[in-house]
Amino acid sequence: MMRYLLRRLAHALLLILGVSVLAFLFAALAPGNYFDEMRLNPQIAPETLTALRVQYELDRPLPLRYASWVNSVLHGQMGFSFAYNSPVAPLLLVRAKNTLLLTVTATLLAWAIALPLGVWSAERLGLLPDRVISWGTATLLVIPDLALALGLLVLAVRTHRFPTGGMVSLDSQSLSAAGKIRDLAAHMALPVAALVLSSLPLLVRHVRAAVAEVLQAPFLLAAEGHGIPRLTLLFRYALLAAANPLLSLFGFSIGALLSGSLLIEVVMSWPGLGPFLLEAILARDIYVVIGGVLFSTIFLAAGNFLADMFLYWLDPRIRAESAPR
Amino acid sequence: MIRRRKLAIWLLVLGALHAIVICAGFFAPYDPVEQDRKNPYMPPMRLHLLDTQKHLHLRPFVYVFQLRPGSFDQYVEDPTQPRPLHFFVAGAPYRLSGFLPARLHLFGAGNDRIYLLGTDAFGRDQLSRLLFGGQVSLLAGLLGAGFTLLIGWCIGAVAGYFGGWRDDVLMRLAELFLALPWLYLLFAIRAFLPLSVNPLHAFFLIVAVIAAVGWARPARLVRGIVLSAKERDFVRAARGFGASNFYLLRRHILPETFSVLLTQAAILIPHYVLAEMTLSFLGLGVPEPVPSWGNLLSNLQQYSVLVSYWWMYLPALAMVPFFLGYLGLASALQERADPYKIERRSLGSLA
Repeated sequence: MMRYLLRRLAHALLLILGVSVLAFLFAALAPGNYFDEMRLNPQIAPETLTALRVQYELDRPLPLRYASWVNSVLHGQMGFSFAYNSPVAPLLLVRAKNTLLLTVTATLLAWAIALPLGVWSAERLGLLPDRVISWGTATLLVIPDLALALGLLVLAVRTHRFPTGGMVSLDSQSLSAAGKIRDLAAHMALPVAALVLSSLPLLVRHVRAAVAEVLQAPFLLAAEGHGIPRLTLLFRYALLAAANPLLSLFGFSIGALLSGSLLIEVVMSWPGLGPFLLEAILARDIYVVIGGVLFSTIFLAAGNFLADMFLYWLDPRIRAESAPR
Repeated sequence: MIRRRKLAIWLLVLGALHAIVICAGFFAPYDPVEQDRKNPYMPPMRLHLLDTQKHLHLRPFVYVFQLRPGSFDQYVEDPTQPRPLHFFVAGAPYRLSGFLPARLHLFGAGNDRIYLLGTDAFGRDQLSRLLFGGQVSLLAGLLGAGFTLLIGWCIGAVAGYFGGWRDDVLMRLAELFLALPWLYLLFAIRAFLPLSVNPLHAFFLIVAVIAAVGWARPARLVRGIVLSAKERDFVRAARGFGASNFYLLRRHILPETFSVLLTQAAILIPHYVLAEMTLSFLGLGVPEPVPSWGNLLSNLQQYSVLVSYWWMYLPALAMVPFFLGYLGLASALQERADPYKIERRSLGSLA
C-alpha cells in the first residue's frame, strides 16, 4: 500500500514540478513584461523603471528567478502580482475556491448522471433506450461548449428563470443561512448545467463501452445463472469490473471540466480562476498566470491521485500487482 | 462497400460546407466590414412568399424595416414597401477566396439593403460577417491542425525510431502537455506572446499557439506505430541489406502512420476551430474589424446585447454542421483504418 501510494504521489509531484519549469521557460521566452507599458509614459523616468525591474528581480538570470519563485511557493506566496501589488497565492486561493466549487459539483453531477445512463444503454445494447441515448449524446457532442454556454445564457435571459452572472445576489448579506444556500444554488445552476451537458456525452459513451465489454464476460453469465438480481448484477459486479478504464477517465474528466470551467466562468461571469486569469494575461501579470496554471495542475494531480487510490481500494488486481514480492 | 459510401458521404457534406465558406464573397451579399450606421442592431429580415393580400409570389421578398418612432433600435416591417430578392446580381467587389477579383453575388435587393441574419452595432451585415468569419476560423483550425500533426509526426517518429534517451525526454515532455487542461495550456502560451498586434499577425500567432498545444497525442500515436513497424521482418531485412535510417523511415515506416494522421486530423480540426473561437471570443485572438466566429460572439459578453438582440447568438450555431461533418468523417475513417475493430467500435468509442 505505502509503496503504491508513494509512487503515485511522486508521480503527481513530478508532474507539478515539470509544469512549473515549463511555465517558467515560456514566461522567460516571452517578449516584454508588466513594466513595458510604462516606458511609453513620459512621466515615469527610465531610472524608476530600472529600479522597479531590480526590485521585482526581473533583471536576474532565469535559474535564479526560478529558484526564488520556488522559494516563495514553499512560503505560500507563489510569486508577486504586479497588478495587485500583493503575493499571488492569497489572490488565487479566493478564486480557486469558487472554481473548485463549480468543478467538483459538475464532476459529481456529471458522473451521477452518466453512470446509470451508460449502464442502462449498455444493458439494452442496440435497443430503443440505447439508440435514444446514443442520439442524445451525439447531439450534445456536436454543439460546441461556447455555443452551449451562450445558448443557456440567452435562454436564461429570455425566460428570467435564473440569475445570469456572479455568485450571489446583491441582497445575499441579509438572507438567512438557508436562503444564502438557495441563492448560491440558483447562481450555480447555469454554469453547472453548461459544464455537465458539455462533458456528459463523452462520459456516457465511455461508461457504455466499458460496461458493454464486461457484460459479455462469462462470470456475469454465471452470476445471472445463480439468480442474482439484474440491478445488483449491473451496479455491484459489472460496474466494478469496468472500474479501471472509468477511473482513468475520471482523472481525464477533471482536466476537461477545469478547461471547460475556465471558459464558462468568463461567459457566465463566475468569480473563479477564469476571469482572473484572463485579466492577468491582458495585464501581462506573469506570476498570476503561472500560478493559475500551477493551481489547475495541482487540482488535476490531486484528482488523478484520488482516482488511483480509489482504484487501489476497488480493484484487487491492482493490489496484487503492486504487492511486494 | 457501405463503409466506403459512408466516407464518401461525409466527405461530400464537408466539401459542400467548406465550399460555401471558401466562396464567402459570392454567398455573402456585402463586404464584411462595410458599415450601415443608420441601421444598428436590425433584426433578421424574414423572407416572404405571400404578401398582405395573401397573393403568392414566386420571387421571395422582404419588407423594409422602419425604425419604430421614438426608439433607436426597435424596427417594424413596413408592409407597403416590399423588396424582391434578385439573384446573381453585381454588388460590392470582393476577391473570391482571397484571390480572384469578382463582383457577382448570389442575391441582393437592388439599391436597398437586405439583412437575412440582422446587423450588429455598426449596422454590418451579420450574414456576410458569418461567412467571412468562417474563412478565418476554419483556416486557423486547418493550419493549426496541420502544424500540430507535422510536429507530432516528427517527434513521434524520432522518439519511436531512435528510442533511448530521445524517446524518454520527448515522451516525458508529451506527458506534461497531455496532463495539463488544454485551455489552461492555451492561456499560458498565449499569455507570453504579444497582445496588441495587427489581424494578420494575430492570426498566425493563434495558429502557432494552437499548434503548440496539441502535438502530444499524435506524437504518442505515431511513436506507437513506428515502434511496432520498425520490428517488422521486411524492415529488418531492408536494414540488413544496408538501407539507411532515412530510407527506412521514408519508404517503410512512415507510410504506415498516414491513416492515423488522417483520423487525427478529422478529430483535431473541429477542436482547433473551437480553440480559435474561444481565444477570439475572449479577446485574445483575431481582433476587430476582421470577422471570425469567435469575435462575432464576443458581442454577447455585453449584457444588453444578450438581452435585446438574440440574433447575435446565431453565429454560435454555425459551427454545429461542421462539427457534425468532422465527427462523421472521423468515425468513418476509424472504421476504414481498422475494420476488425468495428465490433467494438459500434459499442461506442470516442466519436
